Amino acid sequence: MIPYVNFILTAAIALNLYIVSSSRLRSCVQAAALQGSVLAFLPILLWGTQASKLEIINLLLIGIGTLGVKALLIPFLMFRSIQEANVRREVEPFISLHLSLSAAAVLVIISFWISKVTGLPHPPSAYLVPAAFSGILIGFLIMVSRQKAITQVIGYLIFENGIFIFGQILFQKIPLAVELGVLLDLLVGILVMGIAIYHISREFDHIDVSRLDGLKG
Amino acid sequence: MLVLDIFIHLILLILFPPFLIGFINKVKAWTAGKQGPSLFQVYYDIEKLLKKGAVYSSTATWIFKAGPILTSASLVCAGLILPMMRNHSTFGFTGDLIFFVYLFALGHFFLLISALDVGSSFEGMGASRGAAFGTFAELALFSALAIFCIPAGSPTFKSVFTALPWKTWGFAHPAYLAGALVLLAVLLTENSRLPIDDPNTHLELTMIHEVMVLDHGGPDFAFILYSSSLKLLLQADLLIHFLLPFPSHLTEEGVLLLLSGILGIGILIGILESVTARLRLQRIPQFLIGAFILTVLGLMISFYRGAP
Repeated sequence: MIPYVNFILTAAIALNLYIVSSSRLRSCVQAAALQGSVLAFLPILLWGTQASKLEIINLLLIGIGTLGVKALLIPFLMFRSIQEANVRREVEPFISLHLSLSAAAVLVIISFWISKVTGLPHPPSAYLVPAAFSGILIGFLIMVSRQKAITQVIGYLIFENGIFIFGQILFQKIPLAVELGVLLDLLVGILVMGIAIYHISREFDHIDVSRLDGLKG
Repeated sequence: MLVLDIFIHLILLILFPPFLIGFINKVKAWTAGKQGPSLFQVYYDIEKLLKKGAVYSSTATWIFKAGPILTSASLVCAGLILPMMRNHSTFGFTGDLIFFVYLFALGHFFLLISALDVGSSFEGMGASRGAAFGTFAELALFSALAIFCIPAGSPTFKSVFTALPWKTWGFAHPAYLAGALVLLAVLLTENSRLPIDDPNTHLELTMIHEVMVLDHGGPDFAFILYSSSLKLLLQADLLIHFLLPFPSHLTEEGVLLLLSGILGIGILIGILESVTARLRLQRIPQFLIGAFILTVLGLMISFYRGAP
């Protein structure tokens, strides 16, 4: 099963890079949804062969929960808030897409380097740590380098996917309840952000986060 | 056996390329529901052009006349060291992979300076585009080849193609998949196919390859046509050697693999060209930088895992 895990993790990193390079909001959300649905298969592929019956049910529940929340519910909410807030379809980054893509490549190199120097004792797949860190770092990059509030949500989603991958290393230590709680938190976070974006855009005609620095609208 | 191998290699190298272009055009015609020109149309075109005389601009020097021939010659040399039916070529040597890429660059260079030589503003524009996109494509090409070279330990076709682990090619070693995708992107760029450049367009403002060869006529243009089809054949051949396991000796299987692989690439390009639109000119560097970034990911995997 490890070959498939490697493939999924590489696809997750490649999708991170795609989201950074894409200039359309819709394709960003679609890629984030694809990443979530691909990662949903990660727990069962990673631990399925050595788990007991009860644990397999746990793994399946985590997978189904991730698929439902990250691949269906959150993209649906985000598409709706894009529609309701009447945002323009382009991403509008602070720095150019070429530059942010190069920055993302540097972050990928850093995440591989981190996994080499930290040296976790026995990760099941060599790509788990790099994929996790690249998700976290690229999520931060998207949050700080994009102008729209909705892209902050996308960055947050990628960030959370990175943490999800990292959590897979510690599957035996993290109970199901915690994992599902994290999913619920994520969902509530996206809901709150969606509502906030809707209200901001109703009050001020735009959702430009650089204007949030000033006290008056 | 060796003589037979060299013979078939030369026959395929010299005579096959125009057929590939005809085949792609046929696939595009079929996808559009048309009959399309004959599979051998490019041969007829080349024959017709060779019979014609050439007209030269008064500002053109010998560089303009030498350009098409030197381009064809450097590509034929590149074709000699590229393996075709086997996983290595008779003329291969240590480091031939790098030599191969630079022969390509040499051919491209002569095309560029012969376009600049006539002094036409349109051709100058085309040459500047060709140089810019060629630079990006070469960066991506070299790093994509490096993904395959690192596990093999040497930049030689023979060692790279024998070291590829065929059974675990895609899923266990996603780096190879990234490398092959980037090689496909470079193939489309270097041969001016969609989505980079439309081979059917005849509007100078958006063309890349076609605008560089506007002033070539007669036999010169025949050589240009021939060398661009040869370039496509060689790059398709390079790509399928990374995708398919070729035998180490001359067998029917190797010939069959080669032909089906190249025609498969032809079908892929034909369908791709039927369903995609051309990228905006400003988006092309981003496409190529994206390809390069993908190779960074592949390179990190190759470095990190060492020899898989």
